[in-house]
Amino acid sequence: MLQRIIMIIWKEFVQISRDPRMLGVVIVLPIFMLLLYGYAINLDVKHVRLAVYDQDGSQASRELVGAFTRSQYFDMAVQAWDERAVTQALDAGKARVALIIPATYSADLARGRRATVQVLVDGSDSTTASTAIGYLAGIVQSQNLQVSLQTLERAGQPVEHRARFWYNPELRSTNFIIPGLIAVILMMLAALLTSVTVVRERERGTIESLVVSPVMPFELMLGKLIPYVIIAFFDVLLVLTVGVFVFHIPFVGSVLLVLALSTLFVAAALGIGLLVSTVAPNQQVAMLTAVMATQLPTVLLSGFIFPISSMPHAIQLFTNIIPAAHFIRILRGIVLKGNGLAELWAPSLFLLVLGMVMLAASSARFKKTL
Amino acid sequence: MMHNPEFAIRAAGLRKCFGSITAVDDLNLDVTPGEIFGLVGPDGAGKTTTMRMLCGILHPDAGSAEVAGFDVRRDPEAVKRRIGYMPQRFSLYGDLTVAENLFFFANIYQVPREERLRKEAEVLAFSRLAPFRTRQAQYLSGGMKQKLALACTLIHTPSVLFLDEPTTGVDPVSRRDFWRILYDLVKAGVTIFVSTPYMDEAERCNRIALVNRGRVAICDTPEGLKARMRGEMWEVVADSARQAKMALASVPAVRGTQVFGDRLHVMIEGDGEAAIHMALQRAGVTAAGVRRIAPGLEDVFISLFSEQSDE
Repeated sequence: MLQRIIMIIWKEFVQISRDPRMLGVVIVLPIFMLLLYGYAINLDVKHVRLAVYDQDGSQASRELVGAFTRSQYFDMAVQAWDERAVTQALDAGKARVALIIPATYSADLARGRRATVQVLVDGSDSTTASTAIGYLAGIVQSQNLQVSLQTLERAGQPVEHRARFWYNPELRSTNFIIPGLIAVILMMLAALLTSVTVVRERERGTIESLVVSPVMPFELMLGKLIPYVIIAFFDVLLVLTVGVFVFHIPFVGSVLLVLALSTLFVAAALGIGLLVSTVAPNQQVAMLTAVMATQLPTVLLSGFIFPISSMPHAIQLFTNIIPAAHFIRILRGIVLKGNGLAELWAPSLFLLVLGMVMLAASSARFKKTL
Repeated sequence: MMHNPEFAIRAAGLRKCFGSITAVDDLNLDVTPGEIFGLVGPDGAGKTTTMRMLCGILHPDAGSAEVAGFDVRRDPEAVKRRIGYMPQRFSLYGDLTVAENLFFFANIYQVPREERLRKEAEVLAFSRLAPFRTRQAQYLSGGMKQKLALACTLIHTPSVLFLDEPTTGVDPVSRRDFWRILYDLVKAGVTIFVSTPYMDEAERCNRIALVNRGRVAICDTPEGLKARMRGEMWEVVADSARQAKMALASVPAVRGTQVFGDRLHVMIEGDGEAAIHMALQRAGVTAAGVRRIAPGLEDVFISLFSEQSDE
């Protein structure tokens, strides 16, 4: 049995090495996709055009405005002198966010009262709007804290209180996007790689030599899976390297654990491709099916961009069968938080079981008859 | 466990349907060990389907078959280990070299290393493929491809060899080579089951089964088959073989005619020569020669099948 599995592996490697298109798919495609999507998908909101109507005109109000414009997130675009100018700036799109500081601002602060500022946000691009609100809140809060801190010190109660974001302190969206992107790319690539392996034997007629030989379906499937696991492992190294050195994602956790669990993930994805290959009538349909079956669910339901926690409950349950959802949990967990197997055993086990189920299903699907 | 079966192949009542089409219908065959058995019939007669069922890679809808002492339905894997099957379509790896294909199949059949080296040398020698060891199979000529396919099916020393139209599309010299190899194999005790649409190849077999519409119409030695023909075979050489054919078609004693270039083969019962001359004269066709010939298998084949389709 081992001898036959080894022979199938050897044969696949010889065939792959003689197919130059394969090298393109294995090396160029993942790097190209990672660079393209990595740069294109950027959820960071910077240089939001800001309109300011400062009714107070005091030192305190100028400090608040300065806090906004000093950050790279907001650019002073419109200095308004009445409310109508603010409305116009928002309507015309000259500003996306307007800050209105009431005339009582500095007086309220001086009396230790709650100072209120009004913020108007153009909600037509909701993603930008919600991110901008996040920054606003942060800036306003830090202003408040500074003010209240001064007050407290005078009363002899030095309290330091600071909100910190763990795991991704700068809230850089690339840190969040790239691990997800790596999962999407590996998923699609792996399924694509194996999707043609069996159907190609059928198209070229070599299947007749195989089914009449003593090779058993399980031996054939495992022999076809292993070479691609090795190749996909190489792709794992490739995309992780690009992620770290080009997109500067921090790498907090264990590299070995990432590699080991990535292998589980690509093996499961390769298994899906293999199953497609035993069912598909020809290579074109096989490739199309592999891409459709993996890319769309992976992009939409894996938590790659759209957080699973904000999906309807039924769909949240459904995401449990999306391998990339588990892998993204693993990858973000290890890379950003430094998680170990203790936290990640459940998604890891899922990937292992899925891979084995796919291998078993492919072997069962492959009949030794024509 | 040694099997010493009385028959190398025995099929009883084999049937296979594809949808509404019955490809093989109640087919019976007995092939004794060590003979070259030919399955002869027109395209679509069910030759390939029969062969695939005997190799254990197609489930029969009904009937049973034993090959090399094992039941193809109950134990197809035991059958597969003991046979070599060369499909009609080239089914080796085109992107593997000659040597790599041999290496691959030898190991798939778990041929021990020493035996493998000996067999590789042997099959490369008789197929004269040794100079092309490092050439990818897809760049071989048609005849060489077939010889490589044969070499790969022999690498594990099968006791029964199934060849599905092995020489279709192969030049005459390669065909002769190919048959020389087959005779050597038979001498070594291998049973060969070969399908062919060519009559000259059928004549090289020890026994042949004529199949038509999925049934064995007749099974005999080539000589026995020819002897079964009713009537005599005459060859007419005329300026226009077509005119001669038309002139003879109306003669009641003529059972069949077949044009071969400028010659016409006429199968006739009773006093052939006189009837032929009379009919040609009446039609005003001048014949350069009329002579009695021994019927070839092709004549037998055509007469048998035209009789069947008359029914």
